[in-house]
Amino acid sequence: MGVIEALGQEQLRKDLPSFKPGDTVRVYVKVVEGGRERIQVFEGAVIGRQGKGIQETFTVRRISYGVAVERIFPLHSPRIEKIEVVRQGRVRRAKLYYLRSRTGKAARIKSNRQS
Amino acid sequence: MLKGILGRKIGMTQVFDSEGRVVPVTVIEAGPCTVIQKKTVASDGYNAIQVGFQEIKESRVNKPLLGHFKKAGVRPFRYIRELRLEDVEPYKPGQEIKADIFKPGERVDVTGISKGKGFAGGIKRHGFQRGPMAHGSKYHRRPGSLAAKGPGRVFKGRRLPGRMGGERVTVQNLEVVRSDPERNLLLVKGAVPGPRRSLLVIKNSVKGG
Repeated sequence: MGVIEALGQEQLRKDLPSFKPGDTVRVYVKVVEGGRERIQVFEGAVIGRQGKGIQETFTVRRISYGVAVERIFPLHSPRIEKIEVVRQGRVRRAKLYYLRSRTGKAARIKSNRQS
Repeated sequence: MLKGILGRKIGMTQVFDSEGRVVPVTVIEAGPCTVIQKKTVASDGYNAIQVGFQEIKESRVNKPLLGHFKKAGVRPFRYIRELRLEDVEPYKPGQEIKADIFKPGERVDVTGISKGKGFAGGIKRHGFQRGPMAHGSKYHRRPGSLAAKGPGRVFKGRRLPGRMGGERVTVQNLEVVRSDPERNLLLVKGAVPGPRRSLLVIKNSVKGG
């Protein structure tokens, strides 16, 4: 294994659940506010994962007070306290960017029955 | 105190800092370097140490160079470079310099040979503007006017297409993110010149910090 891979491996987090695009997740993010640290929850649909190793990130999309918000998190960031998988979705592609042009009922993701 | 070390560029990656922010870093295999010769004002007119990096087989060096290594009592090295230092007192031939001479948070200057780009045009080499690509224009990436009509000649130093890259470049004031003497690694924030596996000279920054 190369040095760069080894450096990345050391920082990988092994405590995260496995989740896929289409899943609804709850991300507990540590935020520093006025010198005080607290946990903020960001819940929404995973619309894609990109990169690999230490550089991997995932995009979460949610509708907040009628405004769509997308946040990109580095998967192995120490700022992420934990990730909960709320619901598994059944989707047929890896990147769900088509959701951006849809609203309301059309923007739903079917839930995965088998699990 | 001035100090320096030779290293080899391994590549770039990212690490998380203490606050969880992503920091882009270049991984450098720094050292171990061995002092081969000490030059002082008394002996050579200036203060410097000569260091070697990356051991090689004895059969790979010619006899004059081998004699030079033998004199210092060290194994042959692939790279030999001189580091100008103010104070060479603490060094003596045979002594090893490791990555731990730099601590996280220190600032360093990194020197290397930049990637060769070959014969490059004015746009890539000097950041010229290009001409229109459409609407009947055929003037796409050419250098344009070279000078005014008045002098009737082109001034010296006119920026034109030519060889780009493959020259000595120093990037100043890079932050050391981590140093790992066990694995001979040095992580510096940001990019450094040259392709992977190329030789780098790392010195502490001339601009303070």
